[in-house]
Amino acid sequence: MNAIGIIFSSINEKSIHELTKERTMASVPFGCRYRLIDFALSNMVNAGITHIGLITHYNYQSLMDHIGTGKDWDLARRHGGIKLLPPYITAFSNATNTIGSTWLGALVNVRDFLNGCKEEYVVLSDCDSVCNLDLDAMIQQHISLGSDVTLAVKRVYIADGGHHRSVTVIDSDENGMITGVADSAGRPSGYADASLKLVVANKKYIENAINLATAYGYSDFYKDVILRGKDASDCRIYRYENYFATLRSLNDYFSCSMDLLDPEIRRSLFGLRSRPVLTKVRNSAPSSYVNGSVVRNSLIADGCVIEGTVENSIIFRGVKVGKNTTVKNCILMQDTITGDNAYLNCVITEKNVVIREGRVLSGHETMPFFIEKNAIV
Amino acid sequence: MIKKKETVAMLLAGGQGSRLHLLTERTAKPAVTFGGKYRIIDFPLSNCINSGIDTVGVLTQYQPLALNEYIGNGQPWDLDRTYGGVTLLPPYQMNKRADWYKGTANAIYQNLQFIDKFDPDYVVILSGDHIYKMDYHDMVEAHRRTGADCTIAVFEVPLSEASRFGIMTLDGDMRVTEFTEKPAQPKSTMASMGVYVFSRDKLAKYLEADEADETSQKDFGKNVIPAMLAAGEKLYAYKFNGYWKDVGTIQSLWESNMDLLGERPVLTLRDLNWRISSRNEAMPPHYVGYEATINNSIVTEGCEIYGTVENSVLSAGVIVERGAVVRDSVIFGNVTVKSDSEINYSLIDSGTVIGKSATVGKEMALAKGITLVGGGLTVPDGATVPDRAICGADMIKELAKGV
Repeated sequence: MNAIGIIFSSINEKSIHELTKERTMASVPFGCRYRLIDFALSNMVNAGITHIGLITHYNYQSLMDHIGTGKDWDLARRHGGIKLLPPYITAFSNATNTIGSTWLGALVNVRDFLNGCKEEYVVLSDCDSVCNLDLDAMIQQHISLGSDVTLAVKRVYIADGGHHRSVTVIDSDENGMITGVADSAGRPSGYADASLKLVVANKKYIENAINLATAYGYSDFYKDVILRGKDASDCRIYRYENYFATLRSLNDYFSCSMDLLDPEIRRSLFGLRSRPVLTKVRNSAPSSYVNGSVVRNSLIADGCVIEGTVENSIIFRGVKVGKNTTVKNCILMQDTITGDNAYLNCVITEKNVVIREGRVLSGHETMPFFIEKNAIV
Repeated sequence: MIKKKETVAMLLAGGQGSRLHLLTERTAKPAVTFGGKYRIIDFPLSNCINSGIDTVGVLTQYQPLALNEYIGNGQPWDLDRTYGGVTLLPPYQMNKRADWYKGTANAIYQNLQFIDKFDPDYVVILSGDHIYKMDYHDMVEAHRRTGADCTIAVFEVPLSEASRFGIMTLDGDMRVTEFTEKPAQPKSTMASMGVYVFSRDKLAKYLEADEADETSQKDFGKNVIPAMLAAGEKLYAYKFNGYWKDVGTIQSLWESNMDLLGERPVLTLRDLNWRISSRNEAMPPHYVGYEATINNSIVTEGCEIYGTVENSVLSAGVIVERGAVVRDSVIFGNVTVKSDSEINYSLIDSGTVIGKSATVGKEMALAKGITLVGGGLTVPDGATVPDRAICGADMIKELAKGV
């Protein structure tokens, strides 16, 4: 594949500050055994991209731990493979540290990495979206139409002025040429094309964008680079049809996690043999169900011990559900331990949370109750 | 220049395991699925790395494809090393002759060069057909302490079963005075586990002597150990007290899987101080549907359960459709159990489809024995596979005619 991938691990971290307090957006746990970056990385790897730069900014320990050498994605390579691109700050100039907050800022920072790549195309991706996209087909469209930049979009219905799940809307003409970029907040209800924040571009186009950003102080890749230059270059959309969600709040995180209980959505994300979602493989034993356990409509990772009742929940690795305990509409992250006779409804627990015997905790679908890492209730 | 390794392990993984019937038709016994997401060979390999042994030669011969693919570069066990690590050792063609491995001793003899490369003091000989968690380092230490030439791991078995094993008679210091392979009248209940520690020089000496002896069957238990005893070498036993199970038969393989179940399983894979590692794909978490019932079972990645699962072990990617019942059974990877079918007291090999409303096996209390269904087959809708049957492609054809 004549393309390199660039993944932005830290953009929009403030939107789910509960989960990104001690980690990057990329390493937010999702769907029992994944981290958000797995979707962006797998999309690239499944398209045959074997050279990927991972731009990091703050708190990327958990991300480095997850990625390791990249072997779980077949990216531990002598040539290419995955490269971590941490902030470039010299002893002489560390005054401005805005490099991680926008695409352009981050790209300026990794100019040397880009210059050193021989590939003709660049794929840029954020980590706050969940989708399984045929990136190879998107790159082929980009090449065959001779585009300069192609944005992946999905047609969605935006209600309530877009306050529910806020997205970036891309307007285009009947030929798929981009005509406008807007935020969904404040737009009238109706169908619109939401950006997947996944972009294929010619490397020359990106190099030019970096020059413009440096020269004019541009900060917004969409509005400053694409929109200002749309008449001089070929900027198009690529339509994606399957499941897609952007996580812009803890509520989004909750509802998107619960989406995984829908068999159609699971099929669209995980059901394709040719495009598996790859992740770090841990050595957990299979999950055990003891006599008397009741489980309904739930997704459960390996390494769990289920003694109580679990309904409509997402259970991560190594979770223990005690006897006579009920877990309903919950997301219990790695190694959460609940004692006996507890009751949990609409609760999100971070890693290593301990819920002692007999505790009763409840949030609501519109306001899940969040429990911080290592907390003991 | 290769660094010296104090201990090198040699893992005999070439056996056919013919008593596992259909399960080993296309794969070597060590590559047979166990406990949902493991293979039998994961146990000795994980034991090696947990014991601090990072140089392992795996001797393969029978149907090595699945095994070679599974072991690969040894990465899942942290055995992908620049110095040492795991090396697959198939039989090879020599300058003057080419030979298959003719016995356990001959297999090691043909690979003495591999051992020499690492200049080890001790060689641990293992076999790939037992389920156990054992610290080989502890055994090597015992070997060093006693100054033995060979130390044999022993496990106490009931007297009634002793005639199935190699039985040792010991003196008060655990020194071996007599060794009999499968004795009709066992004198002791100390059975050899097929785990040996040899001092390297003695190993080389006796393997060469054994090779020169044309009447020898080239077997450790039958030839090498008795020869060493006869020559008055120091052979000691090392008693192992943990879980150990020979999974050479369908019955014992099923039993060992069942030992993983229960609130306090006889065999646990959750011990973080003695992890058993395995190679597995990144499959999605398992899904449990609205009408599912799961009791006393273990379930792993990629499974989708809509029916009933009781006292069973399910491997990755198993689908149990609505109304289907799986009871007292071991199901290998990617098996689909179609709606309203029933599986009792059975072992189903990977990739098989159990048709709608089909019946496999009989309730455990009433059955004559375990039912075995081979891999990659399709049991027709509504068909009945009787208890204690060994159901391969031929039987499927018969069943298809009958329906």
